[in-house]
Amino acid sequence: MTNLFKILKRLGRSVILLTSILSGIPSIIARPFLLIRQIYMIGVLSIIIINVSGIFVGMVLGLQGFYVLSQFGASQTLGMMVAASLVRELGPVVTALLFAGRAGSALTAEIGLMKATEQLAGLEMMAVDPIQRILTPRFLAGLFSMPLLAIMFSAVGILGGYFVGVGLLGVDDGAFWSQMQAGIDFNKDLINGIIKSITFGLVCTWIALFEGYDATPTSEGVSRATTRTVVHSALAVLGLDFILTALMFEEI
Amino acid sequence: MYKQRTIEVAVGIFMAAGLVALFFLAMQVSNMGAMLDSDSYKIQANFANIGSLKVRAPVKLAGVRIGRVETINLDQTAFEATVTMRINQMYAKIPADTFATILTAGLLGEQYIGLDPGGSENYLQNGDVIERTQSALVLEQMIGQFLFNKAGENNLETKSNAQ
Repeated sequence: MTNLFKILKRLGRSVILLTSILSGIPSIIARPFLLIRQIYMIGVLSIIIINVSGIFVGMVLGLQGFYVLSQFGASQTLGMMVAASLVRELGPVVTALLFAGRAGSALTAEIGLMKATEQLAGLEMMAVDPIQRILTPRFLAGLFSMPLLAIMFSAVGILGGYFVGVGLLGVDDGAFWSQMQAGIDFNKDLINGIIKSITFGLVCTWIALFEGYDATPTSEGVSRATTRTVVHSALAVLGLDFILTALMFEEI
Repeated sequence: MYKQRTIEVAVGIFMAAGLVALFFLAMQVSNMGAMLDSDSYKIQANFANIGSLKVRAPVKLAGVRIGRVETINLDQTAFEATVTMRINQMYAKIPADTFATILTAGLLGEQYIGLDPGGSENYLQNGDVIERTQSALVLEQMIGQFLFNKAGENNLETKSNAQ
């Protein structure tokens, strides 16, 4: 019972934190460099891991898809299979998981340490709201970077699938692209994938910021908070993905 | 720690790369490119039964994809399906007495509209209706008919044997 109470209290605190983060958005407009700096830390520094994973995921999809599809004599539809699975599912989900590991954990550790070393309290002493000054730019940067990273992941993955399917396994070049264009709808597939990635960006950065801000201000507390960030983000992303998919693709 | 200008440039490159990737997905991967770069015109056809034809299914003539199904509606007076097709402007010379059939790609494939050109000198214009159509073959109806015929044959045989 006390456990349930604790969970509810944490949930409540996290929602309060989200509203105060959102209320800080107007103050960011006056200081855009705070945001740009965080986009650099969160988005730009994640480019390499996202693109390298994207290429390999696309290449594996190309290989596996080719083996299965060629059993049915349908290896021509490889392009559509690779593109659909990347744009609809793997792009947003794998990007969000990598993002939680690469950027989310760093956010939690940074803010947890700021709290442990009383930097946040120091800001408050100077009449600077630490939520507006520290958390809001990071939140916006995460929200902003995630869709861009997911799009890059999908695009690079499709090129990886193209390299394996057309370059190595000899699928027809024209069929690869034309099947893809026939099967992927801009509104239904691409836009829905982007909506997914924006949702994941919101949830992942929210969890990371809350865990950091709510961490017990000791070295053990920060390490636990970092672990929780990655675990909770992964669970939230996978669970949300199911719900979003059920909502978006109920009727093809 | 980091110079302000380096960070700004890096974020700019990040944004540009993201937009390039989005452009690539929209133009090369999705049907957006095909929608934008070609002029097209609409024709309509009424079918008694469209089977499992779906929006965006291909429209083919002699096996060549010349357009796609844009909308499928039910005509509430005749209780027929009204299918609107968008045909690429490249293929503007389709005879007016063309025959439209709903066909299936392969044994279990998706359904598409196949056009059989007639011999008319007049061509289909934007908004024209194809008069001569043939509905989709519904498997259950075919099986039902087949069984019915079989049963009829058996009855005839038993009758002739009795005589």
